Amino acid sequence: MSAYLIRNANILGEQVADILVRDGVIESIGSALAADDATVVEAKGLIALPGLVDIHTHLREPGREDAETVLTGSQAAARGGYTAVFAMANTEPVADTAGVVEQVWRLGKEAGYVDVQPVGAVTVGLAGERLAELGAMADSAAQVRVFSDDGKCVHDAVLMRRALEYVKAFGGVIAQHAQEPRLTEGAQMNEGELSGILGLTGWPAVAEEAIIARDVLLTAHVDSRLHVCHLSTKGSVDIVRQAKVRGVNVTAEVTPHHLLLTDELARSYNPIFKVNPPLRTAEDVEAVRAGLADGTIDVVGTDHAPHPMEDKECEWSSAAFGMLGLEEALGVVQLTMVDTGNLTWAGVADRMSFTPAKIGRLADQGRPLVAGEPANICLYDPDAARTVDPYASASKSRNNPYADRELPGAVVATFLRGVPTVLDGKLQEISA
Amino acid sequence: MRHLLSAGDLSRDEAIQILDTAEELLNVASRPIKKLPTLRGRTVVNLFYEDSTRTRISFEAAAKRLSADVINFSAKGSSVSKGESLKDTALTLQAMGADAVVIRHHLSGAPHRLASSGWMHGAIVNAGDGTHEHPTQALLDAFTMRRHLGDLTDRRITIVGDVLHSRVARSNALLLSTLGAEVTLVAPPTLLPVGVEKWPVHTTYDLDSALHKADAVMMLRVQAERMQNAYFPSAREYSRRYGLDARRMGMLPDHAIVMHPGPMNRGMEISAEVADSVRSVIVEQVTNGVAVRMAVLYLLLSGSNESDPIPESLV
Ligand SMILES: [Zn+2]
Repeated sequence: MSAYLIRNANILGEQVADILVRDGVIESIGSALAADDATVVEAKGLIALPGLVDIHTHLREPGREDAETVLTGSQAAARGGYTAVFAMANTEPVADTAGVVEQVWRLGKEAGYVDVQPVGAVTVGLAGERLAELGAMADSAAQVRVFSDDGKCVHDAVLMRRALEYVKAFGGVIAQHAQEPRLTEGAQMNEGELSGILGLTGWPAVAEEAIIARDVLLTAHVDSRLHVCHLSTKGSVDIVRQAKVRGVNVTAEVTPHHLLLTDELARSYNPIFKVNPPLRTAEDVEAVRAGLADGTIDVVGTDHAPHPMEDKECEWSSAAFGMLGLEEALGVVQLTMVDTGNLTWAGVADRMSFTPAKIGRLADQGRPLVAGEPANICLYDPDAARTVDPYASASKSRNNPYADRELPGAVVATFLRGVPTVLDGKLQEISA
Repeated sequence: MRHLLSAGDLSRDEAIQILDTAEELLNVASRPIKKLPTLRGRTVVNLFYEDSTRTRISFEAAAKRLSADVINFSAKGSSVSKGESLKDTALTLQAMGADAVVIRHHLSGAPHRLASSGWMHGAIVNAGDGTHEHPTQALLDAFTMRRHLGDLTDRRITIVGDVLHSRVARSNALLLSTLGAEVTLVAPPTLLPVGVEKWPVHTTYDLDSALHKADAVMMLRVQAERMQNAYFPSAREYSRRYGLDARRMGMLPDHAIVMHPGPMNRGMEISAEVADSVRSVIVEQVTNGVAVRMAVLYLLLSGSNESDPIPESLV
């Protein structure tokens, strides 16, 4: 296996040093390192981050290979600086058995661009009626630790309680898509002044907050572990903040789009901005930024949700929910968190790599950039700027809400265990 | 004015220009030969995804009286019902050379999609979209009020009923406040949209309190099925608290008029006695609809926005 000498990288924005990578691990870090056999990667002016970990990705395979495959989604992830993604369970068939999670896991290995860690469904077929074989998925080759019915909420309180209890046997976590179903029947956008004006059925903040509040109490009651997917409202931030003060084992995630975009975009009736949970108000955006800054929100998860064009080129209410994000997440985080002084680059490493790996129990992802650790590295140029072009993407889908927007930064290189998946900003061929 | 998507897009001057033009066109409608050659050679498509015979016929009559070619494209009996996308339909209409598309759709925002997607270039007229807006209905309502009440500045208009699901209420609230009227929305709290306090209107839950100073009261259609979603307990209770009956009509000032965009649920939001009373201008609303829609099509299609209302020679 070849060696790489990364020169003059700004490690976590704290220290400029060389990084020597050999045989998949970081061999040494220091100044003026030399290695004759190593390929030199000049990284002056680039931030070195641990390979990013996305706790919330939809890869669509099996079942919707027209929207994304494990390969194309992995490539998009690599281009975004990621070295691991958690693949959500709402595929066709649903990832609710050891067989399906192992299939996804194997496809990830074959693709070779990132570690694809399957998320198992909590309930059979995401139907919310009976528990899937969580233990079998945990014991499978995929070693599933994160369970979620994402796309749907485990709204039955008894089922949620049992799931929280059951996964304690193997260190699992329930990742909840918090959406009270009755309060959101037919919901199309954030409920507020604008939904009333636009005549679109509202998705009230309370439908998210009520579930989070209940789940926090259940989690405390059974002494288990809860992860809140894509938290989107000010009220949700407050509930999680209080729960953490009380010592509840809860973590929370925010998406890049909820850090940047607001419900005002629905005025266009362009479903490219239709997502679940919906884009919220500017006040909510402020609150989730503050929550991510102070650690109430632990991680950024993309909720990368590819959809074919025809599911977005239609009326708002007929359109699918969801937007892409893997290739823009880091730029959005720089724009909303770093450039605004909310977070340091070390903070970014924590929210986008260390902590998501920890929540999902990935042993050799989200590791510090020190000698002896796996060489999962993202080199990022914070001074670059780009206009987002949905067609310049590795994803199969084009439902990109940032189209034609200026975003800062560019991923220059991504290393997965010492192998460059992206170099000079270009996706590399992987010989698996 | 390139499209008519929302009553809120109209400035006071634009709204008054439409109403004044409609006034002149109403004279045409009362002549033995009802046709003007103004839109000869132009094509107007009525694209109806939702049954509404009265609105379609109104637009069709309006376009034909201006000598436009009219194509009716209804969801029933066309490729639309087989699941053709809005985009493909728009591309087809573009290929057919539609100069204006009058669209009625059960989903909010469909007219905006046609206007802003780049799929077609013609003028778009919103003929009612989902629970969003119905701007030509608001224009004909304002037109009707103006004929009875004169200038609408400071006139008090009370709109009663299912505001939450009513495109007529939205468009009327926006247009009437643009025209300087004082609008009061009356509904049970469940049928007022979240955020209504930021609209340019007053609201109250008590109908009786909103009648004695009203210059016009507009009753909205309320579907009895709404009670299945717990918006109100029963049709009878709704009717008791929010229906306009003879007792309540008696509370109105003598000059006040009663309106309804139709179709009415007699016995639900309006009693038969009120619907058929001399105060009711409901039938007149239908007549005025054609003149207002002629004015909208004329102003959208006959060249510059600053054009003289109607050339002398034609009137
Ligand atoms: Zn979700």
